Amino acid sequence: MKSGDKGKNNSKALRMKGVSRRSLLKGGAAVAGVAIGSGAITGFPTIWAQNIKNVTLRQFGTGTSGLNGISVKVKEDLGFTLQQNVLDTDAVMQRAITQPDSYDIADIEYFSTKKAFPTGVMQPIEVKKIKLFDKIVPIFITGKLTPTSTIAQGTAPHTVEFVEGKDSVKFAKAPTEWATLVPTIYNADTLGIRPDLTGRPITSWKDLVDPAFKGKAATLNIPGIGIMDAAMVVEALGLHTYADKGNMTKAEIDLTMAKMIEFKKAGQFRAFWKSFDESVNLMASGEVVIQSMWSPAVAAVRSKGIPCVYQPLKEGYRSWGSGLGIAKHLKGLELDAAYEYLNWYLSGWVGGYLNRQGYYSAVLETAQKFMSADEWGFWMEGKVAAGDIKSPDGVVMEKAGAKRDGGSFAERMGHVVCWNSVMDEDRYMVQKWNEFVAA
Amino acid sequence: MTTQVVPTFGLRKLVPYFQAAPLTFILALFLVFPIVTIVIISFFDYNSSGQILPRIIIDNYTDVLFSNTTWRTYLSTFRFVVIVWVVTLFVGFWVSYFLVFHIRTNTVRIACFLITTIPFWTSNIIRMISWVPLLGRNGLVNALLLHLGITDKPLEFLLFSPFSVVVAFVHLNTFLMIVPISNSMARIDTRLIEAAKDANAKGWQILWNVIIPLSKTGIAIGSIFILTVVIGDFATVRLMSGGQSASVGLMMANQISLLQYPAAAANAVVLLAVVLLVVTAILRIVDIRKEL
Repeated sequence: MKSGDKGKNNSKALRMKGVSRRSLLKGGAAVAGVAIGSGAITGFPTIWAQNIKNVTLRQFGTGTSGLNGISVKVKEDLGFTLQQNVLDTDAVMQRAITQPDSYDIADIEYFSTKKAFPTGVMQPIEVKKIKLFDKIVPIFITGKLTPTSTIAQGTAPHTVEFVEGKDSVKFAKAPTEWATLVPTIYNADTLGIRPDLTGRPITSWKDLVDPAFKGKAATLNIPGIGIMDAAMVVEALGLHTYADKGNMTKAEIDLTMAKMIEFKKAGQFRAFWKSFDESVNLMASGEVVIQSMWSPAVAAVRSKGIPCVYQPLKEGYRSWGSGLGIAKHLKGLELDAAYEYLNWYLSGWVGGYLNRQGYYSAVLETAQKFMSADEWGFWMEGKVAAGDIKSPDGVVMEKAGAKRDGGSFAERMGHVVCWNSVMDEDRYMVQKWNEFVAA
Repeated sequence: MTTQVVPTFGLRKLVPYFQAAPLTFILALFLVFPIVTIVIISFFDYNSSGQILPRIIIDNYTDVLFSNTTWRTYLSTFRFVVIVWVVTLFVGFWVSYFLVFHIRTNTVRIACFLITTIPFWTSNIIRMISWVPLLGRNGLVNALLLHLGITDKPLEFLLFSPFSVVVAFVHLNTFLMIVPISNSMARIDTRLIEAAKDANAKGWQILWNVIIPLSKTGIAIGSIFILTVVIGDFATVRLMSGGQSASVGLMMANQISLLQYPAAAANAVVLLAVVLLVVTAILRIVDIRKEL
């Protein structure tokens, strides 16, 4: 009897889904709205097909958001399997472009998207099908956190967020109905310091090359990001003002790298790191007292009981963001499952999970529901923690009484001056970077 | 009869070709084909999305050959090759000598061999991180030197320097020298050494006139191993120099990370040519075949 019931439900569900998909194809926004809206009331999953359980979505991305907890929760909430593959930033871009059939969902950074999307390996996402799209932080839509903010330099996410149409690979200047990615995670990066060893307050990017820290400074050896940090330093020194740090002219690349070679030859740098572990180790061992760093690396140093500050600087932050894109080849039930997954991603649980690690989620109000008032106050509002702040795995990250470096969300994301980017002259840039390393 | 004999004879002649066919096929598929592809791609143009454009250019090569960086990088790579070669040869030779001529039982010899492979048991990154507490500014070596009053300031050159790169290379690769050299040494007929002793040869004369000439093949093979490993390396140099030294491999890795495949391919072809040149030179000096 039970199995009979199930079969009936199953066929009914399939029919329903068939209707909604056909109507979507016709562009019947109203019907689609109802189909999606009904899901909003009852929660997930919105596709009531039993066979969705057999769906496996293959996702690849960086370790930042490639978290096993997410796969477990997807199985629990949505019923299908999310298979994750963790790669480094460079490998993500290579994989996205050169092996488009090897994934269904691309968890990819915005600056990589600038290269990847025009090659036609992904399909535009129908904005209408993303319920919370209008709740997404406006940085991704207009480039401005508040209506009065200035748009940051570099590959700002909103410049590669939309394409012109359903089959287009051309980035649109203004928001359209077709998105390249659903934004998921982002943060503002700055210098990490060892306050016990620097011996003085650090306030500016130029402190990275202060002779006082000779042989005790480090920067990262990822050309596209390293040169941005170098540009922040050059600008802070007052040597040059860039029209766009994320898209330098050849002359600007020359100037920036010449300056860096000068500092390198003077023995300013102890090391150039490439992996997360290296940066943690350099800082924890005291080999380096000031360096470009990522926020979880700072947390990792601090968790060893070693003082480390993610120092806000007067020139502002360099920022990065990623999102989820859908592979071109995806269709049918898998595509429905992908939309289901994207909607679920914004619905709060993941948001809370990411925010509690010090990142930011795209839709803040849903994430708030999955955080305690104290957590929200500490991570998002820059308030003093009333109790111990724990990571999603239950490890104490900050003791009661701590305050987040850099303060609130608005304080940190409001002071982003450039985004990780891809330059038009990147071929020349990498030549110059190799010169810098060889110097 | 004759009509039957001829085809059998012809088939026989083909047998060696059939026997060689599987290996030929595998080499063609996994060695020749990829190299030919790399050579072809190295002449193509590309855009910043990593797409290879069907336009034949030589810019990839002119960029490599006429850039100061390339020459400086090759120079620095060769400097590492020479230093590492000299040190590993010295250490490897004497370790092999000890293993072959001084250890009497085979069990102990095998145990000692296994010990020399220990450096291979850890990953590159773990190995690098493990050097920090030893050679770092606050590391054991510096603590000892300060304690003994040999220096009054921590020595900075111990870590993230050409010195530490050489230390890591030697630590990791001496094994590649030990294996072929001890293999050659083990084949030396001990009667030759006895004969030399009977002829009143001194220790160094036995070494110079008997052991070294007969270990030449092993030395040559070990040298080729060291050369190819050091010249193509990008992980050890990057990690141990703290990213401050360049290597040819690293140059390519940077290009690949920005999807500049044809440029990296051109670099690879140049590197391959250089390695083949040096290997040919080594083979000119030592006839490996004769000894095998």
